[in-house]
Amino acid sequence: MEDPAASGGDRLAKQRSIRLERLSSIRPKLVSFARMHLRDNAMAEDAVQEALMAAIEKDATFAGRSGYDTWVFGILKYKILDIMRYQKRQGRLQPLDDEESDEVIDRQFRKNGRWEAHSRPASWGDPDAVIESQHFWRVFDACMIALPENTARVFSLRELMGLSTEEICGLLEIRESNCWVILHRARLRLRQCIEKGWLEGETA
Amino acid sequence: MMMCKEASRLMSLKHERSLTFQERMSLRFHLSMCGACRQCDRQFRLLHEACRGYGIDHEVDP
Ligand SMILES: [Zn+2]
Repeated sequence: MEDPAASGGDRLAKQRSIRLERLSSIRPKLVSFARMHLRDNAMAEDAVQEALMAAIEKDATFAGRSGYDTWVFGILKYKILDIMRYQKRQGRLQPLDDEESDEVIDRQFRKNGRWEAHSRPASWGDPDAVIESQHFWRVFDACMIALPENTARVFSLRELMGLSTEEICGLLEIRESNCWVILHRARLRLRQCIEKGWLEGETA
Repeated sequence: MMMCKEASRLMSLKHERSLTFQERMSLRFHLSMCGACRQCDRQFRLLHEACRGYGIDHEVDP
């Protein structure tokens, strides 16, 4: 007769090993995410290592309410923010230099403030289908990497980490109005880059 | 009258703070007449929604 406790244990062990495999497969994505914020390879590797260890340790507390990847990303986000706050206290957080001019944005609009023909937004189709598409996420990642470092960092703190602009300003020591300008540029760049990659990929 | 460049600034800004009455009205007016900006508005919103789910691979969880 089957021992219910043993088979329950087997099931848990199996789940655990599936998750360990999952961790190693998402590792590269975690590292590039951490690198974008910390701008230091060794530090990014450390943050990911710590997050992975925490994920393994706390495996039992994963409630399964959200996806496993999201849960691991959540752990990494905390690690990254901890490191950034620590760097700030130490005065070692690299300040944002406002190196990007408005030139890129100006290129998307005519002098009279209307869209240039080459950057005029087109339809991406059904939003739910877009978000579900693997192709969209590949294009998204490529476009994030193509952003200037400062722009990527602010955008990611805001949209991927969910910080308020007030918190971002405190952390990076920039004015809130400056933050808004950077986010506007980031969105314009991203939408143009994604539209190019997305629509071209659709027809390819 | 507000042009697309300024409209796109407000479309972005509304994801950070609530727009003033004046800003909302000018934006709404522009959007009612400009298809390209309506697309842009949808795309900014999609970016915002998509980012909240970043890191989720769209596979069935084991
Ligand atoms: Zn317009």
